[in-house]
Amino acid sequence: MSEHKIELTVNGRHHRGTVEGRHTLGDWLRGQAGYTGVHIGCEHGVCGACTVMVDGRAVRSCLMLAVQADGCTVTTVEGLADADGTLHPVQQAMKDCHGLQCGFCTPGIVCTLAALTADGAQPDEEQLTAAMSGHICRCTGYQGIRRAIRQIAGAEEPA
Amino acid sequence: MKAAPYDYVRPSSIEEACTILAEAGGGAQVLAGGQTLMPLLALRMSQPFILVDINHIPQLQGVTTVDGGTRVGPVTRQNDALVDPILNRDLPTLIRALSHVGHHQTRNRGTIGGSIALGEPAAEMPSTAVALGAKVEVRSASQTRFIPADELYFGPYSTAIEPDELLTAIHYPAWPKDTITLFREVAMRPGDFALVGLVGALTVEDGKVARAGICWFGMGPTPMKARQAEAALIGQSVDSLDAAAIADLAIADTAPFGDHHATADYRRTVGRGIFARVLKEALDIRQAA
Repeated sequence: MSEHKIELTVNGRHHRGTVEGRHTLGDWLRGQAGYTGVHIGCEHGVCGACTVMVDGRAVRSCLMLAVQADGCTVTTVEGLADADGTLHPVQQAMKDCHGLQCGFCTPGIVCTLAALTADGAQPDEEQLTAAMSGHICRCTGYQGIRRAIRQIAGAEEPA
Repeated sequence: MKAAPYDYVRPSSIEEACTILAEAGGGAQVLAGGQTLMPLLALRMSQPFILVDINHIPQLQGVTTVDGGTRVGPVTRQNDALVDPILNRDLPTLIRALSHVGHHQTRNRGTIGGSIALGEPAAEMPSTAVALGAKVEVRSASQTRFIPADELYFGPYSTAIEPDELLTAIHYPAWPKDTITLFREVAMRPGDFALVGLVGALTVEDGKVARAGICWFGMGPTPMKARQAEAALIGQSVDSLDAAAIADLAIADTAPFGDHHATADYRRTVGRGIFARVLKEALDIRQAA
């Protein structure tokens, strides 16, 4: 068993920690760093609930080791809204369109859609919907999420 | 659902990685993108003593044009490869197949070489390497050798890469500009492994098939190269080609299994159908152009 010192930025905050080589990024974010918005579901890369942004890209945090995030910039769902509580456009769209019920899968979906629309990128509805294949939602039947995607893609006026 | 303990090491050169692999005597596991390995570790189906993270070795990344083709560094991320200008220009067949690998989120980490070295028989990357006639470069502490992709696979997850060897490059031969891509995958949901899959490249000169590389995925214990169909296609006039007869030959080179997703008969029946249709559509499109 090996232990490693890591340094990374999460939601703009600098973190230092010591991790076992086998700890996943998701476990570290949730268990050690306290970002409980990271929802650990299946723990083997199927459900997508634990998706976060690493250096701007949506990745499953159960399929990346914490030690591999050394030096990286991570954004979890907690880091998306403005300090005054104004929701990120993706969060607002999910809220407007009833894109969530129990909310377990939501942080992962929001992180994927936020990553795809970051830095002024304008993916179309088809691209955003395709990326949803990486998430499983058991409540909504997906139609609310699809409406949210249309709102984000500009294909539909805010509800 | 937590991995068993191991030592994590992060070599910064190929030589260092090969030394670690040699000294581990088979107890090491190489970590590339980790999109298959991480679940296997979590489920404790893989329990290495040493995990060798090759993500910090610059020579293993990127795409370059080389004499006679394209060299792809094994740790090139699938989503980076999808937008790579060299691959989009020179290997559209690979791009087509890549867009079906996993999900957007797993392609952000997953690598081309990781998939090829793993050898999942229903995955796109191993069969695409076989179809295009790629060869892989593997290195150990003592030697470098090249293995043709169609000699790489022995069975599911079983390859000719020895425990002390590291996959260091994939060399795809050049295919002409007007090469026709054959691709079709049948899966339960987008991102799932294929129940039946087909990938190939064809070139036509003077109305006749000049070169063909075709391989199945999800149709046997390894990528299954459609050798008889390839041989039958060469020299055939595209106008008088009997797609159904060639599909029968292509199916003859498969050995599908049945599981709870699909029976072997289903895979053969669907395979025969998609082969004939894909071949016909590809050649019709070319004739119309």
